[in-house]
Amino acid sequence: MSKQYETVIGLEVHVELATKTKIFCGCSTEFGGAPNTHTCPVCTGMPGSLPVLNKQVVDYALAIAIATQCEVTPVCKFDRKNYFYPDNPQNYQISQLYLPIARNGFVEIETNSGIKKVRIHEMHMEEDAGKLIHDEWDDTSLVDFNRSGVPLVEIVSEPDMRSADEVLAYMEKLRLIIQYLGASDCKLQEGSMRADVNLSVREVGSPSFGTRTEMKNLNSFKAIARAIEAERQRQIEIIEEGGEVIQETRRWDDNKEYSYAMRSKEDAKDYRYFPEPDLVPIVIGEDWIERIRSAQPELRTEKLMRYKKEFDIPEYDAKILTESKHMADLFEATTAICHKPKKVSNWLMVETFRLMKETGTECEELIFSPSHLADLINLAENKTINSTVAKEVFEKIFREDIDPNIYVKEMGLATVNDEEAIEKAAKQAISENPKSVEDYKNGKEKAIGFLVGQTMKTLKGQGNPGIVKEVLYSLLNN
Amino acid sequence: MDNNLMTGVTLGKKIKAKEISVKEALDSYYKKIKEVDLQINSYITLCEEEAYQRAEEVQEKINKGELASPLAGVPYAAKDVLCTKGIRTTCASKILGDFKPTFSATAIELLDNEGAILIGKTNMDEFAMGSTTETSYYGPTLNPHDKERVPGGSSGGSAAAVAAGECAFALGSDTGGSIRQPASYCGIVGIKPTYGTVSRYGLIAYGSSLDQIGPLSNSVEDAAIILDAISAKDEKDSTSVGRDEYGFAKALADDVKGLKIGIPSDYFGEGLNKEVADVILKAVDVLRQNGAIVEEFDLSLVKYAIPTYYIIASAEASSNLSRFDGVKYGFRSDDFEGLHDMYKKTRSEGFGAEVKRRIMLGSFVLSSGYYDAYYLKALRAKALIKEAFNRAFAKYDVIVAPGSPTTAPKLGESLKDPIQMYLSDIYTVSVNLAGLPGITIPVGKDGKGLPVGMQLIGDCYNEKTILRAAYNYERTVEETKCQNNMKQL
Repeated sequence: MSKQYETVIGLEVHVELATKTKIFCGCSTEFGGAPNTHTCPVCTGMPGSLPVLNKQVVDYALAIAIATQCEVTPVCKFDRKNYFYPDNPQNYQISQLYLPIARNGFVEIETNSGIKKVRIHEMHMEEDAGKLIHDEWDDTSLVDFNRSGVPLVEIVSEPDMRSADEVLAYMEKLRLIIQYLGASDCKLQEGSMRADVNLSVREVGSPSFGTRTEMKNLNSFKAIARAIEAERQRQIEIIEEGGEVIQETRRWDDNKEYSYAMRSKEDAKDYRYFPEPDLVPIVIGEDWIERIRSAQPELRTEKLMRYKKEFDIPEYDAKILTESKHMADLFEATTAICHKPKKVSNWLMVETFRLMKETGTECEELIFSPSHLADLINLAENKTINSTVAKEVFEKIFREDIDPNIYVKEMGLATVNDEEAIEKAAKQAISENPKSVEDYKNGKEKAIGFLVGQTMKTLKGQGNPGIVKEVLYSLLNN
Repeated sequence: MDNNLMTGVTLGKKIKAKEISVKEALDSYYKKIKEVDLQINSYITLCEEEAYQRAEEVQEKINKGELASPLAGVPYAAKDVLCTKGIRTTCASKILGDFKPTFSATAIELLDNEGAILIGKTNMDEFAMGSTTETSYYGPTLNPHDKERVPGGSSGGSAAAVAAGECAFALGSDTGGSIRQPASYCGIVGIKPTYGTVSRYGLIAYGSSLDQIGPLSNSVEDAAIILDAISAKDEKDSTSVGRDEYGFAKALADDVKGLKIGIPSDYFGEGLNKEVADVILKAVDVLRQNGAIVEEFDLSLVKYAIPTYYIIASAEASSNLSRFDGVKYGFRSDDFEGLHDMYKKTRSEGFGAEVKRRIMLGSFVLSSGYYDAYYLKALRAKALIKEAFNRAFAKYDVIVAPGSPTTAPKLGESLKDPIQMYLSDIYTVSVNLAGLPGITIPVGKDGKGLPVGMQLIGDCYNEKTILRAAYNYERTVEETKCQNNMKQL
């Protein structure tokens, strides 16, 4: 390949908002549930029903718009997007086309190639569709409307990204902003964050864009990266072979690592958009924007800076801890109790992450309370328990959120500081292990380790390790 | 009891005074229905069982003094476009089959609260699309005044039922004149309130931005009382508008002194039947004699009303009716292969010709490439029509218009030429486009003995003014007080 190609990517990101109820009715948005149990005449599109806008949806959309530097549309409206499909009970989706809630924003992303701005073209609110379940056995399709009417925002970027790295950085940035705002949990696997990738290639230096395709069904960051690489290569191959890329929508199959065409531009649907007559325009005054702005929580970038300044923890730690709002909240709440930021950071960075990995737990699923971690840190710091015991106790906290003070007392895990008891155990170890004693006396320093272990064993692991060592040295050396 | 076109108010008083029991009132109307409805076909569904059960509850409440509403125990009918919980609701279409809604329209619930008793669902043009009630899947309704003629539409079943004494009053819906025009043809009172006055929740939508529910009744007082009962801000309808005060019935004053009435000369020229014009202008003279100031003026933009209306209403209808797809309820074609064929056959077989015509028209005007030329232009024309009315209401309290260019046409005449049928909505559609309230009242008959309706149009939220003028006319001219001679039935 002699020519150099540049990949041009724009994203349409759908985010399910974290409202308790749906966008146009009072039904629960809870994920799962028996089919058609979170439904009513409105979200099943029954004749005569009418939508009523959930204001919380606008609040969340505004929070995202403000955090992504968008211009808010002072009077925005809903439109109907008409298309027939059984998961769409009215055969139209209430969305926004002509006057979306916000436009012209941007976020800053950081990759190996540096910091850059990705511009946001527009952001709009819309309702999600239901879910079709195909029963192959008796060749029927069933519809579950539980998800029908769950609120979404769609964030449409400009074609500002040039690589999978940039796309992932952009999505990660959006995810962190939105999670921090509490506007969505942004789980790709559960579909609460979804992305369609618009991609084209062009020769480096070419002033115009190539023909783009739209890739759908991307359910993980890894799938996005793989799909981008595959589509980039597919388009370059077509061009190299003298062919032309067709503007079309393609569906990614992550198992086969292959995409196939769903529909081309020629048979693109005409959605016959028009203003939704059942809803009144939303007038967003300065006071509304100000109310949202003033309630805006500290976002990740600001938090990162504050951590470095306020807590004196390594930048690497601060980055990891702030990657999830839940983790950052845990860190701050625990530190506020025990005032030992470095220790808290260590427990989270090492033991917590280890156990999360081991048990397949997400940050959002952590159950332990900050006060219990703080208590544990204090127990370890004032040497009530030694580090081995501390790790054991933490595992109980991690799994069951036990109170470490009570647990240590009940289980008799407090460190044995009693020198007499330690001396007794040490003497027993010496008398039972003459070989090790001899080794030590012959200059094998390491043999002391074995004797420490044996002493600790008698002490059920609760001996104060410093004292144990001291006692052994004095017994052996005298 | 011989209901003999008794007004709802009169009947309500007799029920309260225990002169008539609620059951007797029901017996009387159902008897009348059995006598005449095989001829005029006002009803699609009767709900006797539910009505008699409800009658017992209402009677008990009346006896205990818990229900003092003037409508308590009064039997009424509802156009079959209004959802009624557990009672078949068809929109006079094959496609809805035996669909039974799981909830009742807000207007129905509000009447329920007053103790009014629903006795049945009335015939209509399929999905309220038509001006004659001939597009119904359940056959046409006939005009009680002349059974060779249509009752008007689309609320023709409601109008005929009220005119024939088959109910004390009825609810209808009006998107482009569907209450006012059949009320004119049947010689009764019909009012379309300001857009947003009555909740549309439970009204199966035709043109959402134009649809309003309203009463058809035997007197202006009935209309005001029913309107009081059904008007309210509804949390379930974002387009419903609350008012500090309703009190339509309380505001009925038999006085039009100083009331400024404008007569649009563009409404009384070419296209209006001479006899109809004469009867209406004579009625206007009555108001003038009672102290109203009457002036002619040019409303302008009149010729744009019909195309504007048909573009907007059809566009919204094309989308509103897309939910009837055979997936969830109602009719589904038995013979199909795959999803798209199921959609196609269900909708081809389930909808009638007029509905299909409007769905196609509406889909066309919303299509990419045509949206700006048709739909957007129609929205602009709508705004200009509203401005023309604003200018008129700066000068006048009430605008007088015919309810229709002619009296009721013969069956079959209108469907031959749909464009002609559309044009007959000329005096009513602008009122919907501008969101205004309009009432038609019977003001006399033509040479064939067919009723002529006069329409009084008010500014937004000024129902009281047009009700007052209508009431004054009704009180003055006793013989037109809906006491129609119905000897032919």
